[in-house]
Amino acid sequence: MKFWRVPLDADDIQVSKGIVYILEDRCKGCGYCIEFCPRHVLEFSSKINAKGYHLPAVIKAEECLSCHYCEIICPEFAIYSIEIPCESTENTKGIEIITKTQKTESTK
Amino acid sequence: MAKKTPKHPLDDLIRKDRIPHIWCPGCGIGTIFSSCLTAIKESGIDLKKFVMISGIGCSGRAAGYVNLDSFHTTHGRAIPFATGVKLANPELNVIVFSGDGDLFAIGGNHFIHAARRNVDITVICVNNFNYGMTGGQVAATTPNMAKTTTTPFGNPETPFNLPLMAYAAGATYVARWTMLHSRDLTESISEAILKNGFSFIEALSPCPINYGRRNKLKPLDQLKLYQEKTIIKNDAKPTELDINFEKGVVLGKFVDIERPTYGDSYNKICRPDKLE
Ligand code: SF4
Ligand code: SF4
Ligand code: SF4
Repeated sequence: MKFWRVPLDADDIQVSKGIVYILEDRCKGCGYCIEFCPRHVLEFSSKINAKGYHLPAVIKAEECLSCHYCEIICPEFAIYSIEIPCESTENTKGIEIITKTQKTESTK
Repeated sequence: MAKKTPKHPLDDLIRKDRIPHIWCPGCGIGTIFSSCLTAIKESGIDLKKFVMISGIGCSGRAAGYVNLDSFHTTHGRAIPFATGVKLANPELNVIVFSGDGDLFAIGGNHFIHAARRNVDITVICVNNFNYGMTGGQVAATTPNMAKTTTTPFGNPETPFNLPLMAYAAGATYVARWTMLHSRDLTESISEAILKNGFSFIEALSPCPINYGRRNKLKPLDQLKLYQEKTIIKNDAKPTELDINFEKGVVLGKFVDIERPTYGDSYNKICRPDKLE
């Protein structure tokens, strides 16, 4: 993440991560989720659904913070994010913190 | 798709067999409806203790999509119906979800009298500035000079300032948000549900098919207007709340006061034996 000024506790903060799900049959292609996602995770795809609407697609899955904004702005109940529990992600920051404390303990 | 996809967090509150709903692509009603459902869910109150009541119009279809007890009433009569439900069964949380035409034109008198009596209900008004369902005619909320099918040269009238009207009539909770401010909107609806008294929330919403098209506002342009031309000012004076996007539209919570509800006063005076 780009910071204007790096917070002092940036290393300790675990940034949440999420997986975005799109229910293609419900989408009406308004593009609100694409426009207002703060992390630009979504983009219009060339795919259309049965009713002929252009669907959004996840283009930068690893950027999703699970902020749920796409979910709450969507008028169609067609998109939502589920938070990935920290342990099971490749959230390297979290892993780093764990290894650091392990090291300090073993050097004692 | 290796794993089963989890369901949408609001799926248990909507009648899934009726989704996709009839609202046009880019219409804001769905977002406001979703905010309302989130507030209901987050309240932690037993879902059997909620009733949603709608009148006629695009927004009025909400009652048919919610997976709660609901009534789709005749045009303009959502509030009298809700008043009856609340008086007959005071335990229920009664939510009126309807549009500006239904609540403030044909149903305008019911609104002011329910606010005056302080009936303990929550009224959510989706304001899209025109009569969407019938083809985009001028409404009591259409901004001055805006184009509609019946005002092709621009609307010569002055629209209602809805929060001012609610305040003047005696509402105990008054707020205004847009569908873009959906987090604040959800929070306001949660407060309004818990509020003892007549609560009114105006939620501005794009109607891209009618209002938007005639005023050359694409759905995203309208949302940008909500982002750039609004000012959040809690406790703003109700007289300053007229809708003028050139000047900036004020959003926020404007009224949150206490006053005996109609149910309380009625019991005290007419049914003293019912009081413990
Ligand atoms: S949850 Fe937030 S970050 Fe993830 S896709 Fe939706 S809007 Fe973007
Ligand atoms: S906001 Fe919803 S309906 Fe609109 S494009 Fe995104 S998923 Fe589709
Ligand atoms: S006519 Fe307007 S208000 Fe009605 S569903 Fe379509 S966009 Fe929404």
